[in-house]
Amino acid sequence: MFAYVVKRLISGVLVVTLVSMAIFLLFWYGPSSPAQPICDRETSNRCTQAKLAVYEKTLGYDNPVYEEYGKFVKGIFIDRTLTIASSEYECTAPCLGVSFRTKQPVKEELISRMPATFSIAIGGAFLYLLFGVPIGVAAARRRGSVADKALVSSFLFISSIPYYLFALLTWLYLTITFEIPLFSDTGYFSPISEGPWKWFSGLLLAWVALGIFGCTQYTRFTRGAMVEALSEDYIRTAKSKGLPARTIVYKHGLRAALVPVVTIFGIDFGTLLAGTIFTERIFEIQGIGWWSLEAVYGKDLPVVMATALFSAVVLITANLLVDIVYSILDPRVRLS
Amino acid sequence: MTSIPMTQSSAAETSEVEGPFLQVEDLKVTFPTEDGPITAVSGLSYSVEKGKTLGIVGESGSGKSVSSMAVMGLHDAKSARISGSIRVGGTEVVGLGESRMRALRGNSMAMIFQDALAALHPFYKIGAQLEEAYLVHHSSASKRDARRKAIEMLDRVGIPQPDRRVDDFPHQFSGGMRQRAMIAMGLINDPSLLIADEPTTALDVTVQAQILDLLQDLQREFNSAVIIITHDLGVIAEMADDVLVMYAGRCVEYGSTKEILVAPEMPYTWGLLSSVPDVTASTDARLIPIPGNPPSLLRPPTGCPFHPRCVHSDKVPGDLCRTTLPELLPATSGPAHLKRCHLADPLKVYRTEVLPEIAPDLVEETR
Repeated sequence: MFAYVVKRLISGVLVVTLVSMAIFLLFWYGPSSPAQPICDRETSNRCTQAKLAVYEKTLGYDNPVYEEYGKFVKGIFIDRTLTIASSEYECTAPCLGVSFRTKQPVKEELISRMPATFSIAIGGAFLYLLFGVPIGVAAARRRGSVADKALVSSFLFISSIPYYLFALLTWLYLTITFEIPLFSDTGYFSPISEGPWKWFSGLLLAWVALGIFGCTQYTRFTRGAMVEALSEDYIRTAKSKGLPARTIVYKHGLRAALVPVVTIFGIDFGTLLAGTIFTERIFEIQGIGWWSLEAVYGKDLPVVMATALFSAVVLITANLLVDIVYSILDPRVRLS
Repeated sequence: MTSIPMTQSSAAETSEVEGPFLQVEDLKVTFPTEDGPITAVSGLSYSVEKGKTLGIVGESGSGKSVSSMAVMGLHDAKSARISGSIRVGGTEVVGLGESRMRALRGNSMAMIFQDALAALHPFYKIGAQLEEAYLVHHSSASKRDARRKAIEMLDRVGIPQPDRRVDDFPHQFSGGMRQRAMIAMGLINDPSLLIADEPTTALDVTVQAQILDLLQDLQREFNSAVIIITHDLGVIAEMADDVLVMYAGRCVEYGSTKEILVAPEMPYTWGLLSSVPDVTASTDARLIPIPGNPPSLLRPPTGCPFHPRCVHSDKVPGDLCRTTLPELLPATSGPAHLKRCHLADPLKVYRTEVLPEIAPDLVEETR
């Protein structure tokens, strides 16, 4: 178990390194200079080739690519000083750089945007399970009935809509067409420390959109896993012992059906934590996803780098946790 | 007038009634499907007394398991239509409410299944599964009582170090130990009826013998009625007092084990006997498989369901085998042996044509 975790962590570090290299190279050899946003800002959008070359030099972009990448990696472990457009910035380890657009340290900004993204992710994922699992179990118990068929086909229809369209339509109908007062606060994030109600009402619409869309998939996963579990021999054994129907369905059936659902959920939750780009963009919640999208528009290399690395780390961690949880849920699985 | 039904109902409650513990009469199990109803069991009647063992033999799909699952009430009420009568200790279980059925299941009757690895829950410890079976019928017992009982039962079925193995998961047991644990779970509430559905099919031969011995010992100890479902006549010869041969959902021959094995009167039973390998037989003895495949239950053959595969139907005058289902009638030796065949003197055919083929050395003894 311990050796397995160490092995997985080493391969995780390798993946993170490759991701960072890929992004670094993409920007380095990309169609426009990484110094372009600084040059644009400093010269009020009158950036010339000569001025750009000056800024590139202060950023070190006239050096070989491996040297600059080496400096970046070194900054993860040791404090470094950055020079951008004649101002100096002290960057403490792990140094993720300074935003080329806002001049803010990337690490601090990343941390400040985490609560918004995590709030969306936790609320949405909670709704996935809260609705998806019980509805899936109910459908599996009534499989083949009219209600089951209606549910499965309508949920398949919802899952077939692209998520951004679904989220936009949810927003349009709930706030504009029907003007439901509960959803009127949508569009900004207020930390939970400044009052749970403001936090709740600001995120509610995002949760509803994300939760409904995700729960349709979880209903289908749960239903499928549950139908399979309920047809197993051990369910017949449980019945022959004289156990009540509820014990058979939940203790024996759902216990087995949850294993694949938990596996998918772990990966999905990791993906949500890494940034809910569509949700944040559509509902104007300025979390990590929204920020990374802005950074891509603005060619803000340090921010793009930081958000991509953050995603990679979160996803690798989620995968590892899923494997560990899996081995706890299913005693037949031994990690090695 | 009112006193008679009262005594009847009180007799049913106590379950200590005269006569066989399990009595099945004219049982019919039908599964409605989109292609029409499938009649898996039809007109089946048998009885088992306490302390006795009934062997049910037949090919896959002959209705062995379906009829036993009907006894246990394990069929889904939505997908199975059950008619006829099944009396367990005097209680009629056909049409019995789910909660009363549940009180019987696993308590006064229990079932053990073929593949113990699939039939035990992979995520719960052996002990937890045994304890659960005990606690559901002993609501006043504590968790510690249940655990003690589980260890005691594991010890009784011959699991070494039961106090330690009780905390193992099913996959940590060997095949034979899993089947022992399954038996321990079946017997934990001291059932009066135990149904063993091919309990040794998934095991290797040496373990098979151990499990069969164990079942016999436990039957003597618990004095329960046992039904053993198998397609192995060797198991029948060792275990059963009576044999019921099933074909296409019907009983085709029924009698004491000795009668059925020595003087069978139904060509399907002959076919089963012919396909048993005998290690002590001379090398002249041949294994003769039954030609063809079991019939479709959706469109069963007309007349005798076995006629398309029967090599003796030419001895029956006219088209009788193809047009008329033979009645289940007393055999040559009397009403304790029933057979379903149109042959005028099946015993003679068996002794002159079948026996010399399958066991030449036995022909002399029977003459």
